[in-house]
Amino acid sequence: MRGNAEMHELVAPGSLGAVLDLLAAEPGQWTPIAGGTELMVAFSAGRLTAVKLVNLWGIPDLRTIEVTPQGIAIGAAATFLDLRKHAGLNAEFPLLARAASWIGSIANQSRATLGGNLVNGSPAADSSPALLAYDAEVETISVRGRRKVPYSEFHTSYKRNVLAADELLYAIHLPRRFARHRQYLRKVGTRRAMAIAKVAIGATALFEQGMIREIRLGAASLAPYPVRLKQTEAALLDKPLTRETVLAARSALLAEVQPIDDIRSTAEYRRRVAVNLLEEFLLELRREGL
Amino acid sequence: MNANGKARTDAHWPAIRFTVNGENRTVNVPPMKRLLDVLREDLHLTGTKEGCGEGECGSCSVRMNDELVNSCLVPVLQAANAEIQTVEGLALDGELNPLQEAFLQNGGAQCGICTPGMLMAAAQLLAHSPHPSEAEIREGLAGNLCRCTGFVRIFASVAAAVGAAESEPAKEPAMEQTHHAR
Amino acid sequence: MNTHATTRIVGAPVPRKEGVDKLVGRACYVDDMEREGMWYGATVRSTIPRGLIRSIAFDRRIDWSEFTVVTAADIGGENIIQLIVADQPCLADGKVNHCEEPILLLAHPDRHKLREAIGGVKIEYDPLPPVFSIEESERQDQVVWGADNLLKSFLLEKGDVDSAWAGAAHIVEGEYRTGAQEHLYIENQGVIAEYSAEDGVTVWGSLQCPYYVFKALRGIFDLPEDKVRVVQTETGGAFGGKEDYPSVLACHAALLAKKSGHPVKMVYDRMEDLAATTKRHPARVRHRTALDKDGKLLAIEIHLDTDGGAYSTLSSTVLSRATLHSTGPYLCPNVRVRACSWATNHVPYGAFRGFGAPQAVFAMERHMDEIAAVTGMDPVDLRRKNFLHEGETNATEQLMREPIILDKLLDRALQECDYYSKRLQFARENTRNPVKRGMGIAAFYHGSGFTGSGEVYLNSLAGVDVTPEGKVRVLVSNTEFGQGTNTILTQIASEALGIEYSDVTMAAPDTDMVPNSGPTVASRTSMVVGRLIERACQQLISLLREQAGLGAKHTREEFLAACERYRAAHGELSSMCRYEAPPGIYWDDQKYRGEAYGAYAWAIYVAQVAVDTVTYSAEVEDFWAVQEVGRVLHPVLAAGQIEGGIAQGIGYALYEKVVLDGGRMTNNQMTNYIMPTAEDVPPIHVYFEQIPFRYGGFGAKGLGELPHDGPAPAILNAIRDATGVSFNSIPLLPEDLYAGLAASQPVEEPALP
Repeated sequence: MRGNAEMHELVAPGSLGAVLDLLAAEPGQWTPIAGGTELMVAFSAGRLTAVKLVNLWGIPDLRTIEVTPQGIAIGAAATFLDLRKHAGLNAEFPLLARAASWIGSIANQSRATLGGNLVNGSPAADSSPALLAYDAEVETISVRGRRKVPYSEFHTSYKRNVLAADELLYAIHLPRRFARHRQYLRKVGTRRAMAIAKVAIGATALFEQGMIREIRLGAASLAPYPVRLKQTEAALLDKPLTRETVLAARSALLAEVQPIDDIRSTAEYRRRVAVNLLEEFLLELRREGL
Repeated sequence: MNANGKARTDAHWPAIRFTVNGENRTVNVPPMKRLLDVLREDLHLTGTKEGCGEGECGSCSVRMNDELVNSCLVPVLQAANAEIQTVEGLALDGELNPLQEAFLQNGGAQCGICTPGMLMAAAQLLAHSPHPSEAEIREGLAGNLCRCTGFVRIFASVAAAVGAAESEPAKEPAMEQTHHAR
Repeated sequence: MNTHATTRIVGAPVPRKEGVDKLVGRACYVDDMEREGMWYGATVRSTIPRGLIRSIAFDRRIDWSEFTVVTAADIGGENIIQLIVADQPCLADGKVNHCEEPILLLAHPDRHKLREAIGGVKIEYDPLPPVFSIEESERQDQVVWGADNLLKSFLLEKGDVDSAWAGAAHIVEGEYRTGAQEHLYIENQGVIAEYSAEDGVTVWGSLQCPYYVFKALRGIFDLPEDKVRVVQTETGGAFGGKEDYPSVLACHAALLAKKSGHPVKMVYDRMEDLAATTKRHPARVRHRTALDKDGKLLAIEIHLDTDGGAYSTLSSTVLSRATLHSTGPYLCPNVRVRACSWATNHVPYGAFRGFGAPQAVFAMERHMDEIAAVTGMDPVDLRRKNFLHEGETNATEQLMREPIILDKLLDRALQECDYYSKRLQFARENTRNPVKRGMGIAAFYHGSGFTGSGEVYLNSLAGVDVTPEGKVRVLVSNTEFGQGTNTILTQIASEALGIEYSDVTMAAPDTDMVPNSGPTVASRTSMVVGRLIERACQQLISLLREQAGLGAKHTREEFLAACERYRAAHGELSSMCRYEAPPGIYWDDQKYRGEAYGAYAWAIYVAQVAVDTVTYSAEVEDFWAVQEVGRVLHPVLAAGQIEGGIAQGIGYALYEKVVLDGGRMTNNQMTNYIMPTAEDVPPIHVYFEQIPFRYGGFGAKGLGELPHDGPAPAILNAIRDATGVSFNSIPLLPEDLYAGLAASQPVEEPALP
């Protein structure tokens, strides 16, 4: 244990408004902490650079999951266990429910939040491929109001995002339009549980009469942050699912991903498994389409 | 800290209140102090263990508001007004509860260091899934690392606890007595 | 000793002796303990793998007067960790030979100030070129230890290997490599030390061998025996990792305790434990084997080399066991094994369950499958044809006098796992399934107890006494760390005395209270120490019959009454026994010939593995373990040992990699050192055969380490069966599987049809 609790300030303003006021009063000074499953690891390891922290745990406004005819709005501080327990989410956004079940352990899932997962911004973030495949939007909030940004534009570079210094992630919106889409999500980790993704791909596709009419591919650990595989999507959109298309998609994937060697895996492995996952998804499409 | 290195329980730190194993407790410690350290150092409940400080091993698991958490990742401020259960709170009137008894009869504990956390994870599982499948048992315990048992007898212990009322005796491995005349 | 008589307690699944405490959170591990006025200690360590220490400076912003600082200069006795070879300093003195080598120690009452102070010590070095592999060490371009980097070597010869090649129908060569492995006990290393002029030094700690630590402390302080005391605290896993390393930690804490005048607690956090403590020796094993046209072994030639790290620690004994397990459970008339342990500038390697056998068995059992592939023989038939039998001699020309039932174990294993039908089924399914399945076998033995004359050298003393309260107390320095020492020795004593399990207690593992019954290692506790306790109990009964009127047959009450009578007359009642070697044991330490081990456990393990060609992950889907281990003293504890050892063996094969960069472990966090979780372990089916061994406690042989020897080769053999590709190196991670399976296929081409 290398952290010193006396060297950090942790305040609990208690309401969303009070938190926003604090962020506005001292922009960039306060680091929000929700479930703490990332920040407290850094704290124990003696590398928590954030000195001032503001508590988001226990603020009800941030933890709701609301269903409207258009979409499901997930509060940024909803935990992964909250997601897993939500019937509507399970029914219409099974990829996200599945991703939630892959995050750490039950003890992690009861505390780790969707918002925390996104703001932490790991390229390996477990929820990201599903959110990208579902064309999610993130909603941010500050004393100045709220705004929405497509999740695919939320991350800007490694561990950096579009949040302004006084902004908080408020909600993640999922459009309820994937009932007829084929869906795929696979995470490749070091073991079956408690594993950081070496590669993960999430996909939704509208596949009609042998043609791919819509395609969204979200990937983790293939770039400095979670990304949509736009070139690969372009090679597939409005194409028939033939061997030529598959080969073209593979080439596009290889051209656009930027995996690295790191402590968990190698670029070569990640690249190879990424194309295998893509192919596995396309094969499933073809099989189910018959 | 005072000169003896003991945590300073001053009014300097605002009071944080919660219940542990049914008892009201109040601590005056830095709000960032890990719940794990508060339990062990301030409340002298050393049953909960530190194995990694990263939320990977689960030996610090406790139940907080009927959810399983890794107490090494909870700043004590966030435990305010919570109901916390630790391994010390499992026994019923000084007697092992059925889960603990099942672990004792089925070899669920070897060195014992993962056992408190494992019991909390199992208790959490059984509280919400009274008849878990083997896959559910594995998932429920996936966040608790045990280096001694290979998990086999832990699964058996949980399964035995499920069927505690009508359970059969725990199955022993197949045994062969081969006697050679000497 | 009557191993045939029906026993009430031995062989029964009695509750673990200290089980209740562990289940209610009452068991006291070292970090649960505090001492009055206790300070905390920390270690300042080398950041380079090899070099001279040019200067040590202390940051002026820190008030060092609050701290106790200890360097090599503070050591009153010898600056050496006493173990086997006197080469490892307690604290570096002018030079360092590995990353994380301890240089100085700090103590302070405030853990946070202590943490800051570590960063306040500025050390400058003159680096020297480090050596990081067996190959580099062998080349001796840099000599980092002794005259030639060679920590130890053995030569084992039987028959005439050189003349066997000419007549061979087949000659098969292979090279096999095993990586380092971390114990990953869930309780990190820790001790508390106290020092006073009157009592000397006392250390409480998480450890396997109180008398090893005792000896180490005496050396550092030059204190007499009655001024050193070591007490084992409840220990949260050890697996060999707490056999030798605690001596280092104890000496450190004790030095700080002496200089500060306060008790000092030193408990590592996970990052430090992973980076700085011992691991399993990496190995490179080269085989060359001659067979006749029927597949019978004619000659085995092996070059076996280990990386010992910067200091010897236990490299010599690990090498010894590796050598003696390298030729497998097979009959071979001509053998040569050249074994060497090489110094490098890695953190010193040390004991880990199996102790050289996992490395050696991996190589031999992989090689047997390679031989099968090359010669076109079936891997099962090849093994069966060459099994050792009672009445034959092994590689050290030991006449195998005890029954060996490998055939029966193999038959049982094949039957239980449905081996032949499964392989047929998988061969069919694999052609159209991206997940390829296979079955793999390993046949092996594990020698119980210390090698050769080791047990004689240990000269263990153990026994029992009877307390005023009428409890029988087992007096041993052997420790419980989950494997069941407390339970089985209690079972043996209560059975032998004809009393109840609850009538017997274990004396605290405190060197002030118990004799030196040898270390808790080498799978010796049940067999060697158990037998000592059994004999001591028989001796006690004889004494009571002679002198306290105990009848020829007695009830429990009569026994307790006789004890009372004896105690009333004599004041105390105890019975101690010294180790006696079984008759006819001959061992030549120079020629490595004779009875290598007093007893062997024998095993056949089978792994069913699935290889996913989309992700290149291999998973063990099912596992069967059939073994003959002498008398099984406790069915649940015994099976628990097998299951736990197999899980570690699975980790060794497929998950656990120590990533080293510049001599430092870079994946020193649990999130990056991967052990199998509850979702990764397969069902494990355990079967025991029992041939009681007359010189073991109630017929027991050792079994604690056996299960770590078999899984890795069985798994990699299964992977070969599944994929047709040979993998000869562990850990075998998906990245490595990919390299072997798909590297020949360019990534532009689809993997799937």
